[in-house]
Amino acid sequence: MLLARFKEEVEDILSRYPVKRSALLPLLNMAQREEGFVSEPAMRDIAKVLDLTPPQVFETVTFYTMFNLKPIGKFHLQVCKSIMCALVRSDEVVKWITKKLNIAPGQTTVDNVFTLSVVECLGSCGTGPMMQVNDDYYEQLTEEKVYRVLDDLARDGDCSLKSGPYMFPLPLAKS
Amino acid sequence: MPQYEKILLKNMEQPGYAGSLAEYEQTGGYQALRKVLKDMQPDQVIEEVKTSSLRGRGGAGFPTGVKWGFIPKDHPGPIYLCCNADESEPGTFKDRQLMERDPHQMLEGMIITCFAIGAETAYIYIRGEFRLGARILEKAIHEANAAGYLGENILGSGRTIKIYVHAGAGAYICGEETALLESLEGKRGMPRFKPPFPATHGLYQKPTVVNNVETMANIPHIINRGGAWFAGIGSPPKSCGTRVFCLSGHVKRPGNYEVPMGIPFREFIYEIGGGMRSDKPIKAFIPGGASAPFLTPEHLDVKMDFESVALAGSMLGSGGVTVMEEGTSMVWAALRLMEFFYHESCGKCTPCREGSSWMTQILQRIWDKRGRDGDLDMLDELCKNIAGRTVCAFGEAEVGPVQSTLKHFRHEYEALIREAEAAMPRGKEIPVLTN
Repeated sequence: MLLARFKEEVEDILSRYPVKRSALLPLLNMAQREEGFVSEPAMRDIAKVLDLTPPQVFETVTFYTMFNLKPIGKFHLQVCKSIMCALVRSDEVVKWITKKLNIAPGQTTVDNVFTLSVVECLGSCGTGPMMQVNDDYYEQLTEEKVYRVLDDLARDGDCSLKSGPYMFPLPLAKS
Repeated sequence: MPQYEKILLKNMEQPGYAGSLAEYEQTGGYQALRKVLKDMQPDQVIEEVKTSSLRGRGGAGFPTGVKWGFIPKDHPGPIYLCCNADESEPGTFKDRQLMERDPHQMLEGMIITCFAIGAETAYIYIRGEFRLGARILEKAIHEANAAGYLGENILGSGRTIKIYVHAGAGAYICGEETALLESLEGKRGMPRFKPPFPATHGLYQKPTVVNNVETMANIPHIINRGGAWFAGIGSPPKSCGTRVFCLSGHVKRPGNYEVPMGIPFREFIYEIGGGMRSDKPIKAFIPGGASAPFLTPEHLDVKMDFESVALAGSMLGSGGVTVMEEGTSMVWAALRLMEFFYHESCGKCTPCREGSSWMTQILQRIWDKRGRDGDLDMLDELCKNIAGRTVCAFGEAEVGPVQSTLKHFRHEYEALIREAEAAMPRGKEIPVLTN
């Protein structure tokens, strides 16, 4: 039981809403964070906690694009392809990743480390082209930067190039 | 470059400002809340905001004070406030900066709003991708709780206000206020039919106010400096105050810039944004997020306020300005946008669900040089049959880019169709392609 392990967190989430069903997205987000995808047992678990039927959970899960219903790689590379990023050549980013990792969008590397997705706007239009890797944003990508991110992630599981709190353009230093 | 007084971005543009509670208090933070709790009645707060003529910064531009005034006065409760931090409109990235750099500014606005409308619980619906923003907000809420600005008996006033962060899971439509409420209730994020409006039947069928992050961030300043002061900025009487406009696309300096409403696009793009990236001339620009119809260089002198942009045939929307240089294919641009709308259509209304897929297919085949003679008429007809025939404004949004490019750049579509004609002459069967 996934939820039994996070009893406190689940109770904290449930306490925020007057109606149990509202906790559905937070619990699904939690399940996905834990397992990397939303599994069927997790959905059944959540249904039980929230007094819903499993189909009610499933119908909600399928509406939201962030939920993966199948296992994916350790790092989910999501490259934005919407017009603002596309104007600054986000399609190239997909090509660079494809070249480096030898996977097409929607595929996972054989070692299960990277999954590549092409997604719609992630709200970082001024700093495109950009991609999201798990929780982190990587912005103003260039070919070298993409390769460095991929190398760092494969080697250390983390990369220092990720964005911090957003500020763009950066304020000029007082002279 | 002209300098304008900054209101919302003032704090965060100080070097070293990290948005913690102590820093926010040092710059005069939470003084507005103290003032409200000490000297003001809820009605006075609503009147002050009405005086300021503040309009919603999320896209629709509805007067905020009027919206608050719709909450029934004698309702037994509970009443809810939802802060719309879904920021899903392509071309918009201002809320992210406001949340991540100065979270207490919007929290203070939310607490004051809760006081004004009589809400005890508020939710911040933040898009699922903004994990960093959600963490920062949660930390800020924790700080505010510990300092007594939030929680039970706020600053000794006896009022209880709680704010929770609720993360979405990647659906554009959840930025629409009723879809946001559905999603917050744990359902598929499909817009509700209006009326009844959220002001009377919102979250859990209780009176609810849904406001954008930037709207909330403006509230403390209006309380501190007065509604009349705010109403004098920008281009009164309809478009008051400053706005954080987001500049993206083929410009030298993309980013968020706070300017008073009513400056011309030319000044914004060329002086503040540094002009075109490659010194190619500008070909077209989107004035207010992906839903707004395209404008052309002849509209560069249009003022950036709600009325002027509407008069020019587009909308100021969420304030995301995207600039495209000469050489960008407008058919390609319309196709990219249409793919977005096809992907994000929630599927509730048939014209939008089927129409977006149909229009994407037509645009794709025109772009692939497999277009047919009647395609443009078909697009025109489809556009007419989607807009205004859906529950929410998504219908109008999705036809905007296609209709406006057809209007301003019809020759580009025709050239591509002529090429298709030359490559595959009439009389020969054209294969129907399935994608």
